[in-house]
Amino acid sequence: MTETQALRDPIPLLEVDDLVVDYASKRWNRAPFRALRGISLTIGRGETLGLVGESGSGKSTLGRAVLGLAPVTAGDIRFNGQTISHLKARHRRALSQDMQVVFQDPYTSLNPAMTVNDILTEPLVVAGDTRRDAESRVKELLDFVHLPANSGQRLPREFSGGQRQRVAIARALCRSPKLVVCDEPVSALDLSTQARVLDLFIEIQERTGVSYLFVTHDLAVVRHIGHRVAVMRAGEILETGDAEKVTSSPEHPYTQQLLLAAPVPDPKRQALRRIQRQKISSAPATV
Amino acid sequence: MSENTSSGAAAPLLADEANVARYGLFHRLLRDPVAVISAVILAIVVLAAVFAPLLTNQDPVQNKLADSLAPPFTAAHPLGADSVGRDVLAQLLYGARTSLIGAVIVVVVCMGLGVPAGILAGYFRGWIDSTGSWISNALMSLPAIVVLLVVLARVGRSTPLALAVFGILIAPAAFQLIRGSVRAVREELYIDAARVSGLSNARIMGRHVLPVVIAPSIIQGSQFAAAGIGIEAGIAFLGLGTSDHASWGLMLNDASQNIFVAPSLIVWPTIAIVTTIMVFTLLGNSVRDALTGTTTNKKRRSMGARVLTGGSSTSAASREVAQQASPLGPTSRTTDALLVVEGLKITYAAQDRADKTVVHDVSLSLRKGEILGLVGESGSGKSQTAFAVLGLLPGAARMNATSLIFNGQELPKLSSEQWNNLRGRQIGYIPQEPMSNLDPSYRIGFQLTEPMRHHLQLSKTAARQEALRLLARVGISDPQRVFDSYPHEISGGMAQRVLIAGAVSCNPELLIADEPTTALDVTVQAEVLDLIRDLQSERHMAVLLVTHNFGVVADLCDQVAVMQAGRIVEAASALELFANPRHEYTRMLLDSTMENAPSRRQMALSQWQGSDTQTMNQDAIS
Repeated sequence: MTETQALRDPIPLLEVDDLVVDYASKRWNRAPFRALRGISLTIGRGETLGLVGESGSGKSTLGRAVLGLAPVTAGDIRFNGQTISHLKARHRRALSQDMQVVFQDPYTSLNPAMTVNDILTEPLVVAGDTRRDAESRVKELLDFVHLPANSGQRLPREFSGGQRQRVAIARALCRSPKLVVCDEPVSALDLSTQARVLDLFIEIQERTGVSYLFVTHDLAVVRHIGHRVAVMRAGEILETGDAEKVTSSPEHPYTQQLLLAAPVPDPKRQALRRIQRQKISSAPATV
Repeated sequence: MSENTSSGAAAPLLADEANVARYGLFHRLLRDPVAVISAVILAIVVLAAVFAPLLTNQDPVQNKLADSLAPPFTAAHPLGADSVGRDVLAQLLYGARTSLIGAVIVVVVCMGLGVPAGILAGYFRGWIDSTGSWISNALMSLPAIVVLLVVLARVGRSTPLALAVFGILIAPAAFQLIRGSVRAVREELYIDAARVSGLSNARIMGRHVLPVVIAPSIIQGSQFAAAGIGIEAGIAFLGLGTSDHASWGLMLNDASQNIFVAPSLIVWPTIAIVTTIMVFTLLGNSVRDALTGTTTNKKRRSMGARVLTGGSSTSAASREVAQQASPLGPTSRTTDALLVVEGLKITYAAQDRADKTVVHDVSLSLRKGEILGLVGESGSGKSQTAFAVLGLLPGAARMNATSLIFNGQELPKLSSEQWNNLRGRQIGYIPQEPMSNLDPSYRIGFQLTEPMRHHLQLSKTAARQEALRLLARVGISDPQRVFDSYPHEISGGMAQRVLIAGAVSCNPELLIADEPTTALDVTVQAEVLDLIRDLQSERHMAVLLVTHNFGVVADLCDQVAVMQAGRIVEAASALELFANPRHEYTRMLLDSTMENAPSRRQMALSQWQGSDTQTMNQDAIS
């Protein structure tokens, strides 16, 4: 089965090849900051690639580079086989049909002055839909993300964090994209809300076959939503592989540290984990 | 669960709240008497200017020497006439035209240049920003009065020209303001989301950026209008303006020349100028107040709403469970309790609706050397409870407690001086956001030594040595460097270590940690938790740990209290709570933790066994 699928679908949806991103320094005589140092990865259709790392690892920068929001210094990003790393504004806008985003903070990712209806119809109207078509599509979308049908008339601030994130998800889905970049989409949410929103992501993927580049700092989240995972540190990928394998028995010492550092909600298991972690970190560094 | 209940419970709230919120600005202005009076006066001035020909049949500029200095209250001249016989009322009415047109010229020129330039500079940044800022700075450095006089001298007496030049000269003020607000909006994620949605720059600026700058533009515009009226009057008074128009400035000029003959002449133009300028300024202020009022109210409201929706439905039965299960409850209070809280209630007064109680009847106690975790979701009241113990509730909060005793002292009875002696000395505090809790303008060494010198009466050198020792103790490898650093020079994890060093510097008996690791990376979090645990056992401190993370609770706490919607729904020892959660809410929270969730592969497998529609993509790609 694996092979037949590979034959039918020879090109991955997204390929990133040796990607380098530099941010110019504010001071003219300072060398630019290298956020990504030669990243390569692929995402297949209907697949979730989890991108795990701590702050400053470059995981969000990678997502932003794919979306065209971060400058590509070197390397190549291909979507559906076509290079998209240096697109002209017009072509980049056309790509918005296939590639969308859900950001971390549902409080600043929705324009506070626009109603949910306006937020959701805007991308459709820009793409040339009539207002009427757009509005009927919005009804579908609200239902899709399990928001009440009358949500359209309301402003973002009238919703809870989880509901806002559902609006942001609906916006990402409105033109049936092939890839959604999810930048820490559940880390600002409460525990119970987080679980529900993750389940929504999975449900949507199973219904539509969309692919996710899922950026997060939480290995447990990746394990739940990811098919594969790439672990990043300091602008480099340290380890990549099957999500279940990497999140339960990682090979790279840094991933092991990450895994053991996250406390588990069970005092006895956590005590063991703590001892294990302290053993590793007190051992002489191997890398 | 909070999410689902909130949609249900919030619905009735939303019906009226939507109106209040959406038309808030206008409604708020209507409720502000200053705004209403100002608006009415401004309307009168505008109407007088527009309908001047209907209100008087006198010509405001025609000299009639026979009527020179005619007294007021006559049929021909209700307000009298000036030294060359021009009717005062007519001059006032037609002068309003000149003044308002002057204000419009200044506002249009200034905003017409400043706003678009500010939007472009703020949005595109780069060379457009540099050029705009350079021109703006150059304009600001020009002496306005000199430029005005030179232009008028070269071109001749012309009020509109002078005002247009003035508009150009003050355009940098509008430019800077708008550029600043656009740069702030530019950082908002919804602008990025709009770009990803395929919107063109022009559309993003029109749809998402422009609305944000409208409010500051209105406020700034009203000030420019006021300035325009003043400048117009000034130019006319100096005799530099167009001479064949009625103007309040011209009236002032004539009146001041006849100040000893007909002093009353000066009254009318003065009233007109002062009132109109004041009205513009006050209207601008009211708009600003109304706008800021909306935002603060909004926040308070949403916070309240979250609390309300969280579930006021905790049944009596479930609370009984909590009480019985609770070794912390008042019944099982032991004599060696360091902190005893009984029947704590915290209420916020709301402006236009019923008061909101965010903490209901919370009781807990904490023994020496014990770590109590206060765990709950946002809006559960856990931080409020901690702040009550610290005596740091905001002014709008009202607190009631049957008893609130720390170390034998009744906390509510303390004077502010006693509080200051308690906080930092006997109760240490570790905040959530390390960076915002360090003062950026002082070196870390100073911020660490100051409380020790105050509380422990240490000398400067002794405090310094102690601070260095503490920094080394909290795992900072180069204490001297950190001691000499400013907060922006160290990382977030380092800052949290510094704050922990500060919190334990005066050997407190109770340490209150409010989400101490939430802002940190997991590896740093693990180290900080280790540090708190070590310090706690070294010094035998009691710790009140506020958190939403059950992993952190499992790692650190002896006792746990679970809060929901301002109530403690379950309290037990950590071992007991994780092994055997009794309350439904606790179980739901524990079930929501990702550590216990099935992996994607497991889910796919279980589904695949049911039907073969799901293909195992991960195999195909890896």
